[in-house]
Amino acid sequence: MSLVTLGTAAISPELAIQLALALPLLGALLIALAGRWPNLREAVTLLTACGLFALVVRVLLALLDGVPPRVELVEMLPGLALVLHTEPLSILFALLASGLWIVTSVYSIGYMRGNEENRQTRFYVCFAIALCGAMGVAFAANLLTLFVFYEVLTLSTWPLVTHKGDQAAERGGRTYLLVLMSTSIGLLLPAILWTYAVAGTTDFRAGGILAGQIGPIAATLLLLLYLFGVGKAAVMPVHRWLPAAMVAPTPVSALLHAVAVVKAGVFTLAKVVIYVFGTGFLAQVPAASVAIYLAGFTVVAASVVALRQQNLKRLLAYSTIAQLGYVVMATMALTAYAEIGAAMHMVAHAFGKITLFFCAGAIYVAARKTELGQLDGIARRMPWTMTAFAIGALTMIGVPPTGGFVSKWLIVAGAFQRESWFMLAVLVISTALNAAYFLPIVFRAFLLPERSPPPREHGEAPWPMVAALSLTALLSLLLFFFNQPLLALAYALVGGRP
Amino acid sequence: MSTWQAHLPALVVLAPLLAAPLSLLGRGTRWPWLVVSAAAWLSLAASVLLLRQVLDDGPLRYFVGGWEPPWGIELAVDPLNALLLVLVTLLASVTLVYAGTSVAREIGHARAPLFYAVLSLLVTGLLGIAVTGDAFNVFVFLEISSLATYTLIAMGRDRRALTASFQYLIMGTIGATFYLIGIGFLYAMTGTLNMADLAERLPELNHTRTVRTAFAFIVTGICLKLAVFPLHLWLPNAYSFAPSTVSVLVAATSTKVALYLLIRMLFTVFGVQFAFVHEPTGNILVALALVGILSCSLVAIGQRDIKRLLAYSSVAQIGYMVLGIGMVSVTGLTAALLHMFNHALIKGALFMALGAVAYQLRGTGREQMAGLARRMPWTFWAFVLGGLSLVGVPLTVGFISKWYLILAAIEQGWWPVVAVIVVASLLALVYIGRVVQSGWFDEPPPGKPEEAPLAMLLPMWALVLANIYFGIDARLTVGVAERAAAMLFALSP
Repeated sequence: MSLVTLGTAAISPELAIQLALALPLLGALLIALAGRWPNLREAVTLLTACGLFALVVRVLLALLDGVPPRVELVEMLPGLALVLHTEPLSILFALLASGLWIVTSVYSIGYMRGNEENRQTRFYVCFAIALCGAMGVAFAANLLTLFVFYEVLTLSTWPLVTHKGDQAAERGGRTYLLVLMSTSIGLLLPAILWTYAVAGTTDFRAGGILAGQIGPIAATLLLLLYLFGVGKAAVMPVHRWLPAAMVAPTPVSALLHAVAVVKAGVFTLAKVVIYVFGTGFLAQVPAASVAIYLAGFTVVAASVVALRQQNLKRLLAYSTIAQLGYVVMATMALTAYAEIGAAMHMVAHAFGKITLFFCAGAIYVAARKTELGQLDGIARRMPWTMTAFAIGALTMIGVPPTGGFVSKWLIVAGAFQRESWFMLAVLVISTALNAAYFLPIVFRAFLLPERSPPPREHGEAPWPMVAALSLTALLSLLLFFFNQPLLALAYALVGGRP
Repeated sequence: MSTWQAHLPALVVLAPLLAAPLSLLGRGTRWPWLVVSAAAWLSLAASVLLLRQVLDDGPLRYFVGGWEPPWGIELAVDPLNALLLVLVTLLASVTLVYAGTSVAREIGHARAPLFYAVLSLLVTGLLGIAVTGDAFNVFVFLEISSLATYTLIAMGRDRRALTASFQYLIMGTIGATFYLIGIGFLYAMTGTLNMADLAERLPELNHTRTVRTAFAFIVTGICLKLAVFPLHLWLPNAYSFAPSTVSVLVAATSTKVALYLLIRMLFTVFGVQFAFVHEPTGNILVALALVGILSCSLVAIGQRDIKRLLAYSSVAQIGYMVLGIGMVSVTGLTAALLHMFNHALIKGALFMALGAVAYQLRGTGREQMAGLARRMPWTFWAFVLGGLSLVGVPLTVGFISKWYLILAAIEQGWWPVVAVIVVASLLALVYIGRVVQSGWFDEPPPGKPEEAPLAMLLPMWALVLANIYFGIDARLTVGVAERAAAMLFALSP
């Protein structure tokens, strides 16, 4: 306790929020310098991750005290600065990304070494820079700042996606960059500038900045620009980059393409809905309904596609697209419960999906298996991994006692509040589809006999990986039982318990 | 104000002018390099002082030899050309640091003094155009810079440099002649060549056919020098076959000076009312700019030689600047001026990177770029960052340009133009991305060439860092551009 008080006294929230961006960069530099000594290098990564989490917690404490920091970094253009601040949603995202970075770092060590990957230093450097981008997105106080770090996140993850350096990686990297950059430059940037031209500011403000400044048709168009401009939210048809990104090493898919990058997308959309449009204003224009239909279509379509996948990581990618659709749909529902549900689902999905990716990576490292058909009876060799996988699958479907149930419950409540039968239908259908593609894998792994003995004997993956995936699976379960602190944060988003 | 400060406008031009004959006095490469570099840095210092002076005290006028207009030649400095002076001298100085190594290999010791002398004359011409307040004097300096450019291009290693130079000579001469014809008409009508006096007397004569003809000749002539689509055909050859140093300097500064001249003529001499309300200049410029942006970006994708690729990209980027002018709004003009400055930094860095590749690998084709990340990492990363700036990624100057350009288009409600701008950015992503991808993934050919010498890397990275610095804190550039744009509209007759 004394250590916490000491740290709180020594580091002001303003300093903490700036350090949250600087520390990953410093970490990247040190990792590069320590490249020749792998143990030292990994120690730097772990220390940076832990330090970052501590800083985010410091910012959280300030927010809970009612004195959220607000820091101007640099005035970029006359009257337009890069500004950092925090609010409930932003701290939620920051906690999620920085906390899971610690777990992923442990996991990466097992994965990268177990797999004897090349260019590990570059891998850890880019990872740290990507986290800087994620923190910048989380703490951005205006659209300009958000856009800047959004692009940092895109560019810093490209070397990670193309890590293998073979033909497939080159192709995947091309799709990744083209889709993300063409949406962000082509749609998001004009949307931001349009907002700026209309409202005269790009600040995130409670209640929004656009109310009364823009007509209903224009507002709808603007929202659509944002919806597709934020390619990271993967609303169809701008979802293609996510399956393409699966050529990356699994830790990248786990932290970045299940948590940091994709959550940065839905987080951006939520910020835009709540703090740029304002839920009150958006409720009066047809914009949100259009977005709900688009997101709902994405949920169902992606689930159907997932049903047909044979490759485990691709299946998880399409499942992610569907789950992101939930969050977008809930955000656009504009009712109190739906907004809370959206925030909670960001967390629940993060815990669940990172577990599933960890499992996929563990299976690959231990058994070199990537296809669903190869998984018969694998649970007998890898009981920990497959148990965690089952928990992750249950949280995707939304079955108690997992975190996914809590968020889905809230989203359903939000759908009733809006009296949107379309949303309810989507939720029911997609739950059935989720079950239809996840349960057979669990069934196969636990109940079917091994088809043929594997080419090489194997047990569980290296222990850091098993520890990491067990921990995230545990978090998924804990989210069901101990969700009060997070719910309290999410309530603050809509101004108190609805 | 002390006396020496009053002479700064003349000093800016005189320093490189005097350096040219001086550099011929020595032998070898060192002496001319030293003389010309010293002159360029001196000019830079004078330009920076001038910019500060103009920003603090407002525009200033200088009468050459103490002769007042209309008898003498007037030099007139305001925020607009003060910014340009800084830009040209800065790029010239940095390029000269870079030239030391590259010229020794590409030009050879025997011709080096000549090369440096002509280079200094080129800088003289460019600075003269920027600083003078006399329309005929512009023509004189225009010819000085053009003749110098033809000579410099012809010094390229490749024999095709000769045809490129000849092609430019023909086109450039037509442009200069058009300009001169226009000035002649104006003189016949008004009896003056001083820009300020012209601006005063022209409004009464606006309706006359002679003035309108003069306007057409002058604008077309400048557009030829500026390489506005479809008058750009000389540019790709000129850029790609010129010696590396010349490519850097010409790409970064020459077209910028022509752009300045266009702005000066349209806004200061003829005036917004005449140029954009009586005559449909705005619409024509916008239409040409849009076609140029799209077509040249597309053509750039297919180029096999990267220098040529960047040359086509330059024509597209000139389109952005012309587009900003054609919008006839303060924001649009701000965007044009900003991009004038920013694009010089971008292309300067990119051409320097290519020059380093040419220096080490004897070529700038796609095969030289393969595996560059491992062969010449510092050069490669300079190219990547410069390329990102060209695409318009945040934290680079390219983003600042794009921000204002799109903002200006949205203010006008020109949504199709917004679409063209972003589509062209994505095309830039494609053509830069293909080069970067090849440098990142492809196996380099056998043999182990080393990184370029430090004397090339330092100026290259200085420009790359300038790209990032002015992309993060753009208050200075945006501030000056906004002031200049507001001034042009306020003072326009």
